[in-house]
Amino acid sequence: MALRIKAEHRDLINRHGARDYPSECCGVLLGTADGELKHVVEVVALRNLRHDPRRAQELLPVADPVGETERNRFLLDPLDQLRVEKDARARRLEVLGYYHSHPDHPARPSVYDCEHAWPWYSYVIVSVERGTAKDLTCWVLAEDGGTFNPEPVEGVE
Amino acid sequence: MAVKIMIPTPLRQYVGKQDQVEVEAKTVAEALSKLASEYTELRRHLYNQEGKLRSFVNVYLGDEDIRFLQKEQTPVNDNDVLSIVPSIAGGATE
Repeated sequence: MALRIKAEHRDLINRHGARDYPSECCGVLLGTADGELKHVVEVVALRNLRHDPRRAQELLPVADPVGETERNRFLLDPLDQLRVEKDARARRLEVLGYYHSHPDHPARPSVYDCEHAWPWYSYVIVSVERGTAKDLTCWVLAEDGGTFNPEPVEGVE
Repeated sequence: MAVKIMIPTPLRQYVGKQDQVEVEAKTVAEALSKLASEYTELRRHLYNQEGKLRSFVNVYLGDEDIRFLQKEQTPVNDNDVLSIVPSIAGGATE
């Protein structure tokens, strides 16, 4: 599997990461999938629900609400996901995966990222160091579910 | 009651690539149980070892989260649409 993504989409993700720093940003990748290739057609920035700890704790509690905040955790609002999915379906697009940022952390999935991942989705991570987007990587859950494998990213202009 | 269940992309591989499945059920619990019985590979993604719905799985009846209705005992009616919405979460630190 590989993810084909345009430079403009990468820019959008990088800018979102920089804008939301030092919080984690998140969003969805929409497009089409054929066999081994996922083509990103659109990138949609979404809210990090960890900014609303009361609601976030109702949906997916964190073990340490003081140490785990929007600065090192993200959570999508399922209502946003429903809305995006409905809109995508109407335009014959699919949810290919999601992106999020790692403020002052490398663009590598954490154990927490891995524990919360779903199969097949592409997980794009952008590292944002002191407010500047640095590396963008992509990952997909391994068949056995225990680890993430890097997913090749094909950049197109 | 004929209920439509919307299947998110990661789970479509377990239901013959369908993006929706129709089942006959009277409650959310029954609908999901029938889905998991018909497509057994779905079971481990929907339920934990104790047979409870995983916390990573959000279920919506229309636009309503079943957590705030009657959870899995929420009744369903003909032509209702249930959506399985995977919880999307992560974060930089371990």
